[in-house]
Amino acid sequence: MNSGHRVNVIASAVLLVSLAGGVAMLSAIDRIHMKPEMQQQTLYIQSATTLRRLSLGYTGLLADIYWTRAVQYFGLQHHKGSGDFRLLAPLLRVSTELDPQMLPPYQFGANFLGPKPPNGAGLPYDALALLKFGIANNPDKWRLYYNLGFLYFTEFKDYKKAADVFAQGAQLPITNEFMPILAARMAQQGGEFETSRILWYSTYQSTKEPAIRQNAVDHLRALQVDEEVTQLEKLVAKYRDQTGHLPANMADLERAGFIRGIPRDPNDHPYKLTADGRVEVQDPESIFYITKGLPPGMSSPMPKPVGSKH
Amino acid sequence: MAAIEILNLEKTYQVGFWRKRPKVALRPLSLSIEEGEVFGFLGPNGAGKTTTLKLLMGLVSPTAGSARILGMDFNDPRVKAQIGFLPEQPYFYDYLTAHELLIYYAQLSGVGAKDRKKRATEMLERFGLADSARLQLRKFSKGMLQRVGLAQAILHNPKVVFLDEPMSGLDPMGRREVREMIQQMRNEGKTVFFSTHILSDAEALCDRVAVIHQGELRGVGSVAQLTSEAKRKVEIIFCSATVPTALTSLGVEARVSGDMVNAVIEEGQQDTALDILRREHIRLISLTPVRGSLEEYYVEKLRPRENGKGAGV
Amino acid sequence: MNSRIGYVAFNTFREAVRDRVLYNLVAFAVLISGAAVLVGEISIDIERLVVVNLGLTAISLFGVVIAIFIGIGLVSKEIEKKTLYTVLSRPVRRWEFVVGKFVGLTGTLVVNTFFMAVGVLLALLYVAHKFEQTDVWVLVALYFIVLEFFIVCALALLFSSFSTPLMSAVFTFALFVIGSLADDLRGFARITDGFTGMVATAVAYLVPNFSAFNIITQAAHGDPVPGRLILYNTVYALLYSAMVISGAVLIFQRRNLK
Repeated sequence: MNSGHRVNVIASAVLLVSLAGGVAMLSAIDRIHMKPEMQQQTLYIQSATTLRRLSLGYTGLLADIYWTRAVQYFGLQHHKGSGDFRLLAPLLRVSTELDPQMLPPYQFGANFLGPKPPNGAGLPYDALALLKFGIANNPDKWRLYYNLGFLYFTEFKDYKKAADVFAQGAQLPITNEFMPILAARMAQQGGEFETSRILWYSTYQSTKEPAIRQNAVDHLRALQVDEEVTQLEKLVAKYRDQTGHLPANMADLERAGFIRGIPRDPNDHPYKLTADGRVEVQDPESIFYITKGLPPGMSSPMPKPVGSKH
Repeated sequence: MAAIEILNLEKTYQVGFWRKRPKVALRPLSLSIEEGEVFGFLGPNGAGKTTTLKLLMGLVSPTAGSARILGMDFNDPRVKAQIGFLPEQPYFYDYLTAHELLIYYAQLSGVGAKDRKKRATEMLERFGLADSARLQLRKFSKGMLQRVGLAQAILHNPKVVFLDEPMSGLDPMGRREVREMIQQMRNEGKTVFFSTHILSDAEALCDRVAVIHQGELRGVGSVAQLTSEAKRKVEIIFCSATVPTALTSLGVEARVSGDMVNAVIEEGQQDTALDILRREHIRLISLTPVRGSLEEYYVEKLRPRENGKGAGV
Repeated sequence: MNSRIGYVAFNTFREAVRDRVLYNLVAFAVLISGAAVLVGEISIDIERLVVVNLGLTAISLFGVVIAIFIGIGLVSKEIEKKTLYTVLSRPVRRWEFVVGKFVGLTGTLVVNTFFMAVGVLLALLYVAHKFEQTDVWVLVALYFIVLEFFIVCALALLFSSFSTPLMSAVFTFALFVIGSLADDLRGFARITDGFTGMVATAVAYLVPNFSAFNIITQAAHGDPVPGRLILYNTVYALLYSAMVISGAVLIFQRRNLK
């Protein structure tokens, strides 16, 4: 069967080579295909009503597909560091309009539609609309009230509204233990560190979504710094009141008995004391979202996207 | 040179869906056919004739064994240009006309562009299909299809032709035509290998035959020899109202009609029988040798053996 | 060798034509002309959009249906009807037979698409009264659709080499649907971990990626397509078809004809 054998060998070789080549081509195609300009077509039909009709009743599947695309889209844009999330809001909107009972998009929207680029789409009002739509369709889901309260707190700084929402959520037959606590604290101590900490901690606890968790951790660390710097600066002021001059360095404060050991930041670097009595962190760029402990004139550091130049 | 050499060609099918059971379609077969021979492959239905042909054509792959055609390995594509094949109950593309089919087949067989049309027209003439040349094959009768089949088998002038039951389903006229065509092929010096279960055709056409049964080769030999190999018989007709007892004790078959007896005895018993008749004063009317027929050889080879296996002659 | 492939291909084409497959063109012509006239009546400013979208989508769907309809019987019908017996007893190799069938089938589709394309372009002319420069992207979209057909034909032929026509139709159509969602499949594979992730990734890359071939929307808007994409898609279509046809050849080589 010699000629037959040869044909088998050649055909198998062609099969393997074209398989490998095909996969390689796909990756190349993806790189072009996934550009935002090309991606516009995934949103060509922006009207959920039209989509619903076109889906021939398989709206659930279509909703899942759009939600997957939303996550994928966000991840891709985040990875590229482009800061351009203009398609996120429509994608989330379409997903939820197709399946209003699908909960993850609402949480995603609350966490990433609100914040300004490059951490989010910078569309807090869209996020608000999304969450209100969610609550209207799922009035018994505590998580949505949580997301809405979160949004009011972080983006709008409207503690009164946040408190109201948390309180509403706390009333539900099925709710989370943080809700009443958050409701109470929002009402009275909206601006305090402890409130923020509880909020971010409960965010971390309540989700498995890695992007949201990481975000919460970053905020918690920032809170720690803000709190410690505020505390330290108060002690510096006390020292000056007592001795009449500023401490030269942290060691002075320690000798004076105000602190025990040199305090360290979450990166395990000791806090610095400047000549004018301010406390600063060693490497401000590395701790995101801090509002204290920064050199003068520097704004709150934002996380640099993965893979971009440092 | 042997035109066809089959060496221990064998085929076992695995039958069944989950637990495959082997089904032996052809036990190791060895045959050699000379150039210019007309060779008959005899056997009842299901004996393995078609399997053998399918193996030789490469339509089915053998479990073991090999074959050489015109000195080349039977799978060599070059061989295919030199052979023609007519399957049992052939079916052709029914949307083509006879002419188009022959042209297409000529193309595939490597007939040069200049010759194709000529050959196709020749074949259609030869097989009496000239009038139907532009008719779609779906409108052809069985006999016409068989003729198309023969035409496509030899249109590229192959040296060896394989025919599977070429007479099947044909009326006596059709069968005679096919017989004539095979004769013609032989006159052209082609080697013809055909399978059949119609013994009279084989007897009339073949130089040699092989008998196959239940996948096993039972016998090979030249027609002339085989017909004489079968035990010679003699037919005697004599005047008598009854069969003489002495004759009956010889184990002779006899038939009485009126005052004549018709008996068939073996050649060796001839003298004894004549003695008996002389003793009893019975008048002998005629004594004629009966020529052994292929049928007897065939039937004998088909009988189950005592020890079963093995291809023998 | 090559001439035999050509002969088989031509015969396959001839069979398709005589099978009255090309009558579908009549149905298509009626559809597209009706649409063109209707569109002119009911909408303003988007006539061009509708004609291109409808026309190209119809060409794509009609073509896939034809490719499957003819392709599924290409090999299995010949085995069942035993027309192969007298073909394979000739010097034509089994792989030449498969490749010839493929060429014949894709040839049929290219011819079919050509006539349909003429119809669409005429309809476009009718509603828009002239051709724009951006209409060239419509031609590119057509080219991509033809590339899609190559892959669908190859798949139909592959299944035909070992499966019954009904099953072949089901498998090929299923792969067409999955392939159209290949982008989402790959997205899903990317965000899944572990064993499911591996399986999803393997499937996502093995499945024919039709989503990259569908630029109907862009062509309708007159949006340009990167030249590199044209090149990559061509190469991908050729490689994928080659892979599938090799599979068909390997299977057919081993097939015992009952």
